[in-house]
Amino acid sequence: MHRPLHQTGLKLLWQLFWSFIKISPMSFGGGYAMLPVIEREVMTYRGWVTSEEMSEVISISGATPGGIGVNAASFIGYKVMGWRGLVAAVAGIMLPTFIIVLGLGIFFSNMRDNPKVMGALQGIQMAVIALIAYAGVSMARSAIMDKMTAVVLLAGLTLLLFAGIHPILLIPLGIVMGIVIVKLKERFGLAVRFKKRNINSEGEHDYPNFYFGEGI
Amino acid sequence: MLWELFWSFFKIGFISFGGGYAMIPVIEQEVLAHQWMTEAQYAEGVALAGMSPGPIATNSAVYVGYYTAGITGSVFATLGIILPSVIVIVLISAFFYKLHEHKQVKSAFYGLRPIIVALILFAAFRLAITNPVLREFSWDMMIMGLMILASFVGMLRYHMHPLTIILLSGLVGIAIYS
Repeated sequence: MHRPLHQTGLKLLWQLFWSFIKISPMSFGGGYAMLPVIEREVMTYRGWVTSEEMSEVISISGATPGGIGVNAASFIGYKVMGWRGLVAAVAGIMLPTFIIVLGLGIFFSNMRDNPKVMGALQGIQMAVIALIAYAGVSMARSAIMDKMTAVVLLAGLTLLLFAGIHPILLIPLGIVMGIVIVKLKERFGLAVRFKKRNINSEGEHDYPNFYFGEGI
Repeated sequence: MLWELFWSFFKIGFISFGGGYAMIPVIEQEVLAHQWMTEAQYAEGVALAGMSPGPIATNSAVYVGYYTAGITGSVFATLGIILPSVIVIVLISAFFYKLHEHKQVKSAFYGLRPIIVALILFAAFRLAITNPVLREFSWDMMIMGLMILASFVGMLRYHMHPLTIILLSGLVGIAIYS
């Protein structure tokens, strides 16, 4: 870098980093639950994005691969200050969770001989199984909107459980099935819906109520 | 080793839809294929990833990386899984402004979303059947099975916060195994 960072530039980078560091520990579940927190911080408090841009952040972060937090941080960081802003925001959102997981990993690997700690881990494993099943059910509420989507779900489960298909192959299969089904429905003059229900919004953005799973 | 970690998670990063939950079986395949962990070790990692804030796939990357190659490993795995989303976001904000409103994209998601649900439910099923305690019939198995059921009902029906459930389950685990 030949161009030295301006004083206010450095300050802005630090603010981006710090804003997302504060948001990160609240991102339990990694889903839509953190979007209102991000909105309050970057729109209401910092004024980095307009309400319209925030809508864009919400729809794009939810429709692209990766966690919603990382996506929103990349998008906002990039918008505010280009690549440097992006790095600052993503580092901010990642650092706390990275340290927490690493700390837990180190703690549990050193406690292999402690029956209390291993008992707790066994119990937590049961809770996490339930949590994942709950995320699946929450997401089914918005993803299964008609008969065909239910058929796709059953087909996916059958392939995974009984045909032993590699899970990675299901992703392109789902995309192809979606496009083909919509095409066929249109050809036969059937109604096509892409959303289960329309939530009307007044001023502030509406978010799904679930902790996670909702949205993609 | 470090590059393998990076590359494995980099590939997964591009298809990591659904808050990361759907990636649990995909990461498992990768981990078993490289013989980085056993099924039971991976299930423990997923539990630690699930009790931490942040998306479960990214957290799993941190843990798998650490388990396989220490702290450097976790840095490589984490960069691997987040770089694709950064790349996609920058491309979208630079070129395809309203891509998500494109009809073909909506059709794709119409089929992709139920598939993501299938992958998430399959993830929960796999974690249950690979748990050593749940594998064979015993009193412990019955109690653990009940804990899964109670946790599920607690969240779905009584809207308990997942962290409360995790804390309670940890305490029950301590009470039973010590």
